[in-house]
Amino acid sequence: MKVINKKIINDVGGVKITQLDIASADIASKALPGQFVMLMVSEKGERIPLTLVNADKDKGVVSLIFQEAGFTTKSLGKLNPGDILYSLVGPLGHPTEIKKYGKVILVGGGVGIAEILPVARALKDAANHITTILGSRNKDLLILEAELKNASDQIYIMTDDGSYGRKGFTTDMLKELLSKDKYDLIYSVGPIPMMKRVALVSREYNTKTLVSLNALMVDATGMCGCCRVSVSGEVKFSCVDGPDFDGHGVDWEELEKRNKVYSIQEKHICRLFPEA
Amino acid sequence: MKKEPVKVREASAETRVGNFEEVVKGYSEEEALLEASRCLQCKNPLCSSGCPVGIDIKKFIFHITQKDYKSAYFTIREKSNFPSICGRVCPAEYQCRKECVLTKKGSPFASEQAINIHFLERFAGDFGKNNNLDVPVEKEEKFSKFKVAVVGSGPAGLCCAGELARKGIKVDIFESLHKTGGVLRYGIPPFRLPWDVLDFEINYLKKLGVSFITNFLVGKARTIKELFAQGYSKIFLGLGAGVPSFLGIKGENLCNIYSVNEFLTRVNLMSAYKFPEFQTPVNIGKNVLIVGGGNTAMDSARVALRLQKLKGLPLNTTIVYRRTEIEMPARRLEIEHAREEGIKFEFLVQPKEFVGDEQGFVKKLICLRSKLGEPDSSGRRRPVIIEGSEFELDCDLCVIAVGLKANQILINATPELKTDKYSDVIVDSESMESSIKGVFAGGDIVGGEGTVIEAMGMAKKASRAIIDELS
Repeated sequence: MKVINKKIINDVGGVKITQLDIASADIASKALPGQFVMLMVSEKGERIPLTLVNADKDKGVVSLIFQEAGFTTKSLGKLNPGDILYSLVGPLGHPTEIKKYGKVILVGGGVGIAEILPVARALKDAANHITTILGSRNKDLLILEAELKNASDQIYIMTDDGSYGRKGFTTDMLKELLSKDKYDLIYSVGPIPMMKRVALVSREYNTKTLVSLNALMVDATGMCGCCRVSVSGEVKFSCVDGPDFDGHGVDWEELEKRNKVYSIQEKHICRLFPEA
Repeated sequence: MKKEPVKVREASAETRVGNFEEVVKGYSEEEALLEASRCLQCKNPLCSSGCPVGIDIKKFIFHITQKDYKSAYFTIREKSNFPSICGRVCPAEYQCRKECVLTKKGSPFASEQAINIHFLERFAGDFGKNNNLDVPVEKEEKFSKFKVAVVGSGPAGLCCAGELARKGIKVDIFESLHKTGGVLRYGIPPFRLPWDVLDFEINYLKKLGVSFITNFLVGKARTIKELFAQGYSKIFLGLGAGVPSFLGIKGENLCNIYSVNEFLTRVNLMSAYKFPEFQTPVNIGKNVLIVGGGNTAMDSARVALRLQKLKGLPLNTTIVYRRTEIEMPARRLEIEHAREEGIKFEFLVQPKEFVGDEQGFVKKLICLRSKLGEPDSSGRRRPVIIEGSEFELDCDLCVIAVGLKANQILINATPELKTDKYSDVIVDSESMESSIKGVFAGGDIVGGEGTVIEAMGMAKKASRAIIDELS
């Protein structure tokens, strides 16, 4: 649970994305792409889930990449090499199903780009043809382009302002690709509105779509139901049934609302302890 | 002369709803002596037969009357590992006190006249705790080469670990959460079971040499097979029943509808009632409904009431239950406490549908009235819905406390582990050994939602079998 290495991946325009490498031989030896950990920064902290971006079995080190968005991720960003997390448990959730699908499109947005990286690498190793679409607000905010380029056969960059790659949303490119060719799987991680749009587009083309959901969690072992999501009319727990789900079945509106249930407290605590 | 039962001292309802401190203060020495003196010391006492672990109740009460509290403590400890805990959380009115000769025949639970065995047990338990009365350790050299893995640090796991460690077996307890104690920590609120009581028992195990490995989820971080390969001779599964049941009605995923586990875990384990000092939030409402009639329903209702008080809201928490008070499975004392604190009750009410506002927060619960019909398989009369009785309750926060099922992660990761139709682990009723040789189980993972003392009974059986096999 000791922080071994810290890397500021990006720090522009109020968006700070950090990578922490943390020593945990137990988690590293078991982690598979798509799984996550729960962590607490301090004894009085909140438990939050973060996707495992990398697991080095030989070194016994796992990597997490996160955007400093709320109180806990901000506190996490303050840690330095040598610091020790109060709690870290994992690997949790089902791994992404890795097999040879054929032609796969990966759609990543914002910090979700980091989360598709391990899946991209694994799918590539499983002899899939990988087309990756990355989206960000502008050129400066784009992360891990080189890493994903390496893991992909083709890569497209979309920026909201057109400052890099093409101007537009990831779904514009997705639509273009799907209208020209047949794909076997779409895997998407990013902000809820993006995943929702990805699912909407891919449904038109009847293409299987997996999304990795970032519901709120407490224990993350199936005991509290905080992370429940409706998928194809059934109630599922993101922590033990997911985090990957069929994007066409997810009740996005419900998830969006449930993820905002503590927004008042979040603002309050961030205001109270701005330096935390 | 017939002596009246000695009432236990409690914090007044008015004060206690403003904090999370222990409500029941327990007997003083004089009170304990007075209550103990009411015991008739029956020639053939029935009370012990009502105790799941068969504590010699007559004997320990006699020791109290003789002011020999040490012997009282050790008499209980012969059968029960956690007198201070059980004295606080045992549903004695359904167990030992129900069998007490002073309980009216045919009563569904103990009469008020029955000896307050649980309060006397607590008195003796706390005496032992406060005087550091350590139970003699019978470590045997031949066991020192063995290592046993206990999965889960709840009542069953703690008990099994203690039994084995006292023989000199090395025990490692694996716990997925960051704190130990299982349901005693995340489920039971501190106003019923203060953390220092729990920590005392856990520290005792540490003194015995038991290691606690927290933040470790067996089933994910390690399989059963891998634990054996790592050198553990036997494995005990005390996984508990932590999977919450929901009602399965429309609107149940609206914001501010909590499972009882989420609500209690946020408040108990994560101390959300001290937000923002503790950083885990929990919401509270003006019209809180709790659905259910068990102990977790009472606990969450009383937690909700305290949150309302701490927020400066008018106290307005209602328990919605589909049968009547008599069928409620909760401890009678907790029902009483809840009522004293101002919890309201809506009996014979069946939730039908939640209605939300535009932001996705719950605002109403549509319900149906019921009447009691014929008894069902549990022996309790089944609620029958009255046609056309639909009505609405205002509700801006709801806790669903309608039961818990076995934890599934390890079970799913271990296909060889045989389970029944409730997904509980199947064991031999004597040895508590599962379908996998060398893997034992006890507590709620084999029996649904039981009590601490039942979990202890099973853990003791398992530990005896483990000790036999290692001998």
